[in-house]
Amino acid sequence: MTVAALTIVRATPSTRLGLVFIASLVAGLLSAPLWATTDALRLLIDIFLYVALACLWNFLAGYAGLVSVGQQAFVGLGGYGLFALSAKAGIPPLLCVPIVGLAAALLSIPIAGLLFRLRGAYFAIGSWVVAEVFRLSAILLTPLGGGSGMSLPARIAQSVGRAPHDRFVAVYWTALALLLGILVIIFLALRSRTGLALTAIRDNELAARSNGVNVGRTKLIVYVATAFGTAMIGALIFLQRLRISPDAAFSVNDWTALVIFMVVIGGLGSFEGPILGALIYFLLRETLANLGPTYLMVLGAVAILVMLLAPRGLWGLVRSRWQIQLLPLQLRVIPLTKH
Amino acid sequence: MLDAPLLKVRQLEAFYGDFQALYGLDLELKTGQVVAIVGANGAGKSTLLNSIAGLMATRPEAIELAGERIGGKAPYQIVAQGIALVPEGRRLFPSLSVEENLVIGGHMKRPGPWKLARIYELFPTLAERRHHPATALSGGQQQMVAIGRALMSNPRVLLCDELSLGLAPIVVRDIYAHLRAIIADGVAAIIVEQDIQQALKIAGHLYCMLEGRIVLHGAARSLTRESIAAAYFGV
Amino acid sequence: MADWINTIIQGILIGGLYAMFAVGLALIFGVMKLVNIAHGDLIVLSAYVALIVTQSLGLNPLVSLVFVVPIMGLIGYILQRGLFNRTIGNDLLPPLLVSFGLSVIIQNGLLELFSADNRRLLAGPIEVATIKFSDAINVGVLPLLQFVLAVLVIGGLQALMFRTAIGRSFRAVSDDPRIAQLMGLNNRHIFGLAMALSLAVVALAGVLLAIRANFDPATGPTRLIFGFEAVIIGGLSSFWGTLVGGVILGVVQAIAATIDPGLQILAGHLAFLLVLAFRPQGLFGRVA
Repeated sequence: MTVAALTIVRATPSTRLGLVFIASLVAGLLSAPLWATTDALRLLIDIFLYVALACLWNFLAGYAGLVSVGQQAFVGLGGYGLFALSAKAGIPPLLCVPIVGLAAALLSIPIAGLLFRLRGAYFAIGSWVVAEVFRLSAILLTPLGGGSGMSLPARIAQSVGRAPHDRFVAVYWTALALLLGILVIIFLALRSRTGLALTAIRDNELAARSNGVNVGRTKLIVYVATAFGTAMIGALIFLQRLRISPDAAFSVNDWTALVIFMVVIGGLGSFEGPILGALIYFLLRETLANLGPTYLMVLGAVAILVMLLAPRGLWGLVRSRWQIQLLPLQLRVIPLTKH
Repeated sequence: MLDAPLLKVRQLEAFYGDFQALYGLDLELKTGQVVAIVGANGAGKSTLLNSIAGLMATRPEAIELAGERIGGKAPYQIVAQGIALVPEGRRLFPSLSVEENLVIGGHMKRPGPWKLARIYELFPTLAERRHHPATALSGGQQQMVAIGRALMSNPRVLLCDELSLGLAPIVVRDIYAHLRAIIADGVAAIIVEQDIQQALKIAGHLYCMLEGRIVLHGAARSLTRESIAAAYFGV
Repeated sequence: MADWINTIIQGILIGGLYAMFAVGLALIFGVMKLVNIAHGDLIVLSAYVALIVTQSLGLNPLVSLVFVVPIMGLIGYILQRGLFNRTIGNDLLPPLLVSFGLSVIIQNGLLELFSADNRRLLAGPIEVATIKFSDAINVGVLPLLQFVLAVLVIGGLQALMFRTAIGRSFRAVSDDPRIAQLMGLNNRHIFGLAMALSLAVVALAGVLLAIRANFDPATGPTRLIFGFEAVIIGGLSSFWGTLVGGVILGVVQAIAATIDPGLQILAGHLAFLLVLAFRPQGLFGRVA
């Protein structure tokens, strides 16, 4: 058999089916406030926020190779930013969300300047130090409650929605919009020249560099963009909780460890993997009794096993088993004519 | 049994991921014999040596040393059995001194004639520079360290990968003169060389490789220059 | 004035412990380019092992080291051969994420077994014994002993690295793991020994620190970060660099603590970030 001509495509039947599926899912989610209970909305918000965090961390680590264990710095920054701006400066909470995102993005530039001097795993620990600096600084901020933190004044919570249900609906819309925005931006980024550069860096940084990819600039863009998104998510997390403290805002377990486990279990370095990982986490969390510390131990152990046995995660297994993908991200070479 | 081969390679295959580098290679080496392997770049010569040394995965029965299957064993187990490799490009340990490089070659403490003193006797310049960092030496001296390091394990089979690489012709002649003295001592050797002239001078038997296969072999004396050239270039 | 001198001496002496945390990290990074995120949690684990040994055998924590150090060494060897060796390769993600997972497992395992309560190891009268250098300047016997041990350990490791067969093997494997195997070195075993040595050293430091400061299951990351900061401040060129890094960190923390206890740890982090900004190769060497 000789192949006379080849064509290169992104879309396959499974991605076309995937797009239909995604469109109907989005429509269903958009209409949820019309039919869902407050508890269901609360759960969905949680899911959106964690899916977003997982996708952002995956964008950072799985594509740009920046394994940060300090993303809680930006979650906490977003949360504290929202509390400070809304409670102390009187800015409407939902307007605070993009503002703190922008502030985090600006702040992340000098942080990157420092941390990018560290390679690989040392970068990881360095990012943790930065998050600790934020946490310890928050303890010193007495106007925001110091070590014990503060609650969002009731009048400000009510400015988002008079009844708790209304507030949940408002946060729900914002969280869903934010999640969709983040997914679309990551998706477009992966399909752009930057995405190509990222894939090259992920596969072989040295080769990418020698082929003219500006590795430092590409990584910086991803780092700053991720800080922007992570801080906005952080703002929403604490807008929903109405209470913030340094330990909760800058918790490595809640905002980084869990997220890393979701991504690793779902599939590091693929678009769909982190979404799958986050959904699996919530499925387990909602069906199993709350086992406290044991829960994190089991998740950690499963993540280690996945890393050792199936480094591309569950989504990687699904993809190699059935050759499917939901989104047209990968290029395929298809023979046109055969003799 | 005296004539039984010391090292026997049978139907050896090697892979780099999906890429197959060796296709069913057969090769024999008798005690005291020197075999040369020639071939163009990418023919699979280094892969063959690396497979024998245990750096590549192989089937157990693909490689036998004195009748014992050693295919697929770890490199450190194969050194213990008496096969030492002088790797392509010498690959000395930069943070070790000349003497430390030699001593670590004898890590397995296999009994035999080669001790530090004897290496220094063979290569007196190394004795003078024993405390220098190994990579501070000239290319030829580094090659001496690499050969000495391999000898320190008192091998039955010495594998030499491109000893002449990057060295001036006069240095190459010197290295091969030393190698002749080492072989006279009774160690069998497989020598990979791109320089066919050099290979023919030292080896009794020649194998010619092309694209992962042996395309010609025989007693060095019996092969004509034309037949080797034809096999080398695959024409 | 004397207060300041006392504070600085305190800082120097505690810096010896940080240097031991650091030297454990530097050793495994040097030999196998592995950064163990669970390093700090293993330090805390050694304190809990000491707690069990002291309580069940009624030993002084200093005597319990006879058991704790080899136990942690053994744990290190097993962890390396059973877990970390499987992650070593060209990709830096697996070792990083696996050690991070291990960190979370150890932390939460300790939380299950021992609760979140603060603990301390009680060493008896030696804790309060002091040596008087002048009317105003006192040095605790225990901190002094800790510092002397740190210097001995670091000097010992330096000698081991450059004067012994095992040190030679460590360097050879570090230079070129593929070729090292051709010398008859079993890299997996060498890596196991390096991790065993790393954890034996940090077990010593972990137990000594647990006599001076409270610990609970969540203190691991702080220990990791102190060791890491000492490594970067000192530079990666030699083990002595980590001693200098540890001492600088200890002194900065001690001085900040006298100004406001809340500043102690923050000041150490800031010192680290300053070094990163102005001398990223560390004060005494290059970043490998």
